[in-house]
Amino acid sequence: MKYLLLKHYRGAPASVNDTPMDQWTPEEVDAHVQYMRDFAVRLQETGEFVDSRALAPEGAFVRYDGEGRAPVTDGPFAETKDLIAGWMIIDVESWDRAVQLAGELSAAPGAGGEPIHEWLEVRPFLTESSKFTE
Amino acid sequence: MNESLLRELVPAVIGVLVRRGADFASAEDAVQETLIRALETWPADPPRDPKAWLVTVAWRKFLDAARAEASRRGRELAVDAEPSAGPAPATDDTLRLYFLCAQPALPAASAVALTLRAVGGLTTRQIAAAYLVPEATMAQRISRAKRRIAGLPLDQPGDLATVLRVLYLVFNEGYSGDVDLAAEAIRLTRQLVALTDEAEVAGLLALMLLHHARRASRTGAGGRLVPLGEQDRSLWDTGLITEGVSILQAALARDRLGEYQAQAAIAALHADAPSTAETDWVQIVEWYDELLRLTGSPVVRLNRAVAVGEADGPQAGLAALADVSPDLPRYAAVTAYLRERAGDLERAAELYAEASRAAASVPERDHLTREAARVRQLLRP
Repeated sequence: MKYLLLKHYRGAPASVNDTPMDQWTPEEVDAHVQYMRDFAVRLQETGEFVDSRALAPEGAFVRYDGEGRAPVTDGPFAETKDLIAGWMIIDVESWDRAVQLAGELSAAPGAGGEPIHEWLEVRPFLTESSKFTE
Repeated sequence: MNESLLRELVPAVIGVLVRRGADFASAEDAVQETLIRALETWPADPPRDPKAWLVTVAWRKFLDAARAEASRRGRELAVDAEPSAGPAPATDDTLRLYFLCAQPALPAASAVALTLRAVGGLTTRQIAAAYLVPEATMAQRISRAKRRIAGLPLDQPGDLATVLRVLYLVFNEGYSGDVDLAAEAIRLTRQLVALTDEAEVAGLLALMLLHHARRASRTGAGGRLVPLGEQDRSLWDTGLITEGVSILQAALARDRLGEYQAQAAIAALHADAPSTAETDWVQIVEWYDELLRLTGSPVVRLNRAVAVGEADGPQAGLAALADVSPDLPRYAAVTAYLRERAGDLERAAELYAEASRAAASVPERDHLTREAARVRQLLRP
C-alpha cells in the first residue's frame, strides 16, 4: 500500500519546535538535511521507499479561460491557507506502519537540535487497478 | 528467443546451484545476473542447450562471488569448484522454491516479489515496474526477504496455503508495467498444479481461468469499469471457461472442498449464464454459504448479501446485510445497489456518492461516482 507523507510550508497546525529554518544555526540546518537523507536511505534499505521531492514555495494558480485565449494565471496568493513544501511516497504493509514512519520523519531535528514535531499529512493512494468485485 | 521459455528454466537452475552447495540467496542472485545477461545476449547468439548455458554461467558467477566473499573474510572457499553433474530432480526443486519464497513469516509484498523472481524468473526491474516502485527499492525488498529466510533448508516442508495466497495476490494485481501479472500468476499456478496433488491448487487455477476469461469485458473505453450485469458476454473467452469448469469439476469430485474451489464454483455459475437474469442465483447463494462456513470472512458475508438480493429480492438482500459490519470496504456500494433495486433512489444516490469517497481504486471511484450521477438523473423531474 502506498502512502503520501505531505509536508507543508503553511496550512498544517503549528509544530512544537517551530523556529523558522532561516533562524537556525548552519550546523542545525546540516543536521536536519542529513536526517532527511538518512531517513530516505533507510527506507530504501527496508524496501519501502518510492519517491521524495521538494517544492519551491513560489508558483501560481492557472486556469483555462476559453477557446483561443491564453490561460489565466494568478497568484502567488500570500493568503492561501495551504502551501505544500514537498512529499515522500512510501510503499508499506499497513496504515500503522505509515503512521510510524511519518512519526519518525516528524522527529527531524530543528532549532537547538531538538525534534521539530512537525505535523505531516498522511494520505493513502488510490490504486490504478481494481480488484474484481462480483 | 522465447523469453517465457528462458524464465521457465530459472527455478530449475537455482535448484542445481543449491544442490551443488550454494546457499539459496547467493544462488538466486547468480541466476538473476545470468538471466539478465541471457536476455541481452541470446537474441543475437542463442545457445544450443539453454539450460546448460544458464547452469554454467550462473555457477561461474556464483563461484566468483563466493571467492570474492571468501577472500574478503580471509577464508577458504567452502564449495567444490568443479562439482560432479548428478541427476537433476528439477521438479522437486521448483516445488520447494514455491514453499521457500512463500514462507508464512515473510510480509506478503516480500513473498510476492521473491516468488516472481526466483520461481517466475522475472527481473527485479520488471517486478519494480509492475508494482510501481523504484528498482533499488525492489532489490532491497528482495534481499531483505532472502536474509529473513536465510538458513532455511530448501527441503523443508512448506505451507501450501501461503503459496496459494501469494499466487492469488499476484493474479489480483492485474496488469501494469510490461508484465501481465494475471497471466504470470496463471502460468505459475498451472506449474504448481503439475507439481502437487491438491484439490485447492486446482481450485485456484480454475478460479483464475474463469476470471481471466471475462477480463476483456470487465473494462470499457478508457479503463472504465463495467459491472457484471452490463458486460458484453460475447467477449468472454469460452475456451478458458470450458477449461476452468472442467478443472473445477475434477477438483470438486475429489471431495476436499476449500475456499478457492467454492469461489471458482461461484465464478463458474456466472460464466455459465447467458445474462444476470438467467443466472442461477439460488445456487450461488448456496456456494456463498459454503464459503462463509469455510472462511467466516466478513467480505464473503457482504458479497453473499448481493447474491441474496438477486435470488430473493432486494429486501432480502438488505436483511442479509444486518449482520455485516458497515465498516467494510464496499459496504456502502452494496447497500446503494440494493436500495436502488428496492426503489429507494434518494438513499441509493447518497450511498453511491458515499461509496465513491471510500473507494480504494481510481476505476472503482469513477464507476461509483457515475452510478451516483445516474441515479440522481433518474430523480430529476
